[in-house]
Formats: sequence, structure tokens, C-alpha cells
Amino acid sequence: MKAIEIVKMARDPKRPHFFDYVKGMCSDFEELHGDRLAKDDRGLVGGFATIGGEKCVLLGHNKGATVEENVAANFGMANPDGYRKAMRLMTLAEKFGLPVVTLVDTPGAYPGREAEERGQAEAIAKSLEFCAALKTPIVVVIVGEGGSGGALAIAVGDRVLMLENAVYSVISPEGCAGILWRDGSKAADAAEALKITAADLKRLGVVDEIVPEGANGAAKSPKTAIANVKKRVLAALKELKKLDKEELVARRYGKFRAMGRFN
Amino acid sequence: MAWLEEMTAAANVPPAKDLWQVCPRCGAYVPKAEWNAANPVCPRCNYHGRMKARARIALLADEGTFAECHADVSYSDHLAFHDATGAYKDKVEATVKKTGEGESVTIGTALMGGIPVMLGAMNFFFMGGSLGTGTGERICRACEQAIAERRPLVLCSASGGARMHEGILSLMQMARTSAAIGKLKAAGLPFISILTDPTTGGVSASYAMLGDVNVAEPGVLIGFAGRRVIENTIHQKLPPDFQTAEYLEQHGFVDKIVERKDLKAFVVKTLHYMGF
Ligand SMILES: [Zn+2]
Repeated sequence: MKAIEIVKMARDPKRPHFFDYVKGMCSDFEELHGDRLAKDDRGLVGGFATIGGEKCVLLGHNKGATVEENVAANFGMANPDGYRKAMRLMTLAEKFGLPVVTLVDTPGAYPGREAEERGQAEAIAKSLEFCAALKTPIVVVIVGEGGSGGALAIAVGDRVLMLENAVYSVISPEGCAGILWRDGSKAADAAEALKITAADLKRLGVVDEIVPEGANGAAKSPKTAIANVKKRVLAALKELKKLDKEELVARRYGKFRAMGRFN
Repeated sequence: MAWLEEMTAAANVPPAKDLWQVCPRCGAYVPKAEWNAANPVCPRCNYHGRMKARARIALLADEGTFAECHADVSYSDHLAFHDATGAYKDKVEATVKKTGEGESVTIGTALMGGIPVMLGAMNFFFMGGSLGTGTGERICRACEQAIAERRPLVLCSASGGARMHEGILSLMQMARTSAAIGKLKAAGLPFISILTDPTTGGVSASYAMLGDVNVAEPGVLIGFAGRRVIENTIHQKLPPDFQTAEYLEQHGFVDKIVERKDLKAFVVKTLHYMGF
């Protein structure tokens, strides 16, 4: 399949989103709101969750299921408040010995006036520094669109899983085509060149494991996709729980330190 | 024959652009010698122009104390990237030749006011100061060396953001540099981040914003998303001073705005307060 076709699948509004995973994967979910500074961002949500008997903090981008939700959540484009809320919830997880599971699905961090004024850059930067040092396991699943810094801000984990038809990229194919091809319509060429599919990213060492989606992709087989995510997340948590905290953080540092290492 | 002499004389006058620098902000004509002597700062509007990495380092390091490290780390073309105008490898090779630099950041050890530091500066003239894997590797090594040798890190940023030609691995440099900066800070060592024109995109959203002290030059552009992208998203005009150093200071993300001529003294004083 061409990369641009996978981009279309990753963006398919019928794909399961955050609250579909909550419904399909969790026996319990207690959402916690707000960053304790200014807002409750609907584009990035989270709370206490129980997945297959495992208590954890689950958080992720929320694209919303209805038009009102889409708008309230900026289609999953988080504001700085979202990243600050994520850090707050991860602090809770660390303090009470719960692992963190993140679901990544965003076109990118929200490009807005207030987002800049409240420090979008600082919020993402801080989240990267913060996740790298968090003393509790972090399992990341790229479930749809992994859009640039807005995705990475909650994707620095011990295990990075990626759905078969998800994409993860430094820039959207359209954005890249507009700059390097000077022609936004060359998105298909840019998508190919950027190497943004799960198979490419596994080869590049950015993704640890590809999660199969079932027949015709997650939009057509949401139950299979969600069940597969649940299975892989639980397996990853089981493994990570065995490591002591210092070892865990040291390995996480080593994992990202090796990405693009100069030889 | 006077007309001939006149014509010859006219032909010997260097073109205006060799004598005058036009300030990109206020349009003032400044004699080139004066412009360069001021490390290009406009005498009329105080515009702080872009500097090459080594010129900036010369401005900050005690004379003759800078020793470059990790110069062997260069760009990598992990994706064998091609776009409409050709191969990344050819473009970056041409940049290496033109600038004489191997990457968009130059790093080394130096003394500042007699204090041993790790000192680095990004070079906007190297592919827009973009954050490639080589850039990230040099910054990570700088952090690790700073920890090993107990040196503060002073880093000047100047970047358009991630280097698209290196795809996802460019994005990952945001994570690994931020992790390395976190380690440095956790080791009790200072990170002084100097934001210069421009500090945007993935560099602003990683190490550049993580200073124990973030100091910016006057009027420089600092921001995550581009002005045009934001205007197209919110369908509003943004104020003219949006994403300037002054705007960032007002909103609480820059500790202080310091003129270029005072930068070194400010950094040295800050390090004194931090116990160095
Ligand atoms: Zn001027």
C-alpha cells in the first residue's frame, strides 16, 4: 500500500478514538480534569483506568466523536493545558506506583494564538524532559495520527507500539510537500519520502512493535484493533513491571539516546 | 578624454550592496563596516541580526579559550531522502562545503569570565539551523561531557525547527536532547539557554525552552507554530509583536531580554549566582 493511502486510513474518522479504547479496553475509567493552572483541555484527556485487571493512568489525544466534541477538542490538537494536564496525571501515576498508558492520535499540537501565549513550545519541551525521567513504566500506542511534537510530547515511553495503519511523522505530508516540493498537492510523494508508516518506523528503531488491526483496518474492524492493543499493552506492562525504577529510567534514556546515533 | 575617465571611475565604484547594509527590519542604510563592527546590530532600530556559530562563540568565550568538541559528528541521511529538487545528501554536502561546518550546531569547551563551561551555538546558515540527528547527537554529547566535567552548559539557539529531510529521526532529536538536558539539570548543573533569531518549531519545543534561565536577544522571533499557519487556523490577524522576545517575556516564558553586547556579562553573573 502507498504511504498516502495509509495516511488516509490513519485519519479515517471512523477509526476507534480515545473513548472507544476506554469502552473496549477498560473495565473502569475515572476521568480527571484540568491542569490546575488554567484549563481543562478536551484535546488531551486522561484519568485512572483498569485494563485487564491492571490499574494504570490512561491518557491520550481525544479527537471527539460528534461535531460538538470535535470542535471542543480541536480535533485532537492539544493546547499547552493538555500537556500540562498529562504531566500532572503522570506525576500521580509515579507517586502511587501506577504505570502510564498513552494513546497518541493527533494531527499536531494546536497552532493558536492562546496556545502560543500560554507556552505551547515550553509545554511540549517540559513534557519531553519530564517523560524521559518519570519513575514508572510508560507504554505508548500510536493509534492513528502521530503528528509531530504534539504527538511526541506524550510518546516518550519504555515501549512504543504502533497500529498497523497508523502514521507518525515530523511534519504532515501536505506541510512537507508545501515546503520542499513547493506544491501541497505533492503530498503523496512527501508521504513516501518521509517514511512514516509502521513498517518504516519499526525498521528505523522508533517503534518497538506493530499491532495488527484486523481485516481492512481499524475503521472496519475496531473490535479486533482494540482487543489487539489491549493484549499488547498488557504484555508490555507485565514485562516492564519486573524492572526496578532506576533501571527502567536508564533503559528509557538509552532507548531514545540511540535514535539517530552517529556511527 | 574626461568622459572615458569618468566612465572608468564609475565602473570602479563598488556596487551599493558592498558598502551598505540595509537593515532588514527598519530599512536603514548602515555602512557595512559599522554594521559588522556592531556584530550585526542595527544602530537605528537595535535589530539583532543573525550570526554564524563561530562569531557568536567568539563573542561569549574568553579570548582563545574555545576548543571545539564532537566535530566528527556530522549529518546522517538515514532515509536516503529525495524531494522535488534533489537529494538531501547533495544539499547538505553543499551546505557543509559552503559553511565549513559539519552540522547546525558547534560545541566545545571554553572559559567564560574564567569559568569552565560547555559552550555551543547553532548556525542558522546551516540548513536554517534545523535539528538533524547530528545536531541532536552533538547536543547530547555536550550534556554528557558537561556532566562528566561538572561544567555549566551555555547554548545559543537559532533554528527554524526540525529537519524534515531526516524525517521521524529528526523529531526524535527533540526527545533525546530534552532527556539529556534533564539529566544535566538533575546533576545540579546549570543550563543557560540563549534564544536568538529565530528560535522556532521543534527547537523551541525542546531544549531551547528548558533553560534554568532562558535569555533572549531583543526583538527576536520565538515560537512554536508559524504565524501564517496560526492566522489560517484561527482566521484572525495576529498582533505585530506576536512571538517576539518581548511578547514571550510578557507571557512568562523568557526570563530576561539582554542586548548582545551585554550577553556575556549577564551569563557570567548568572553563573556566579549559581555558585560557579
Ligand atoms: Zn534597523
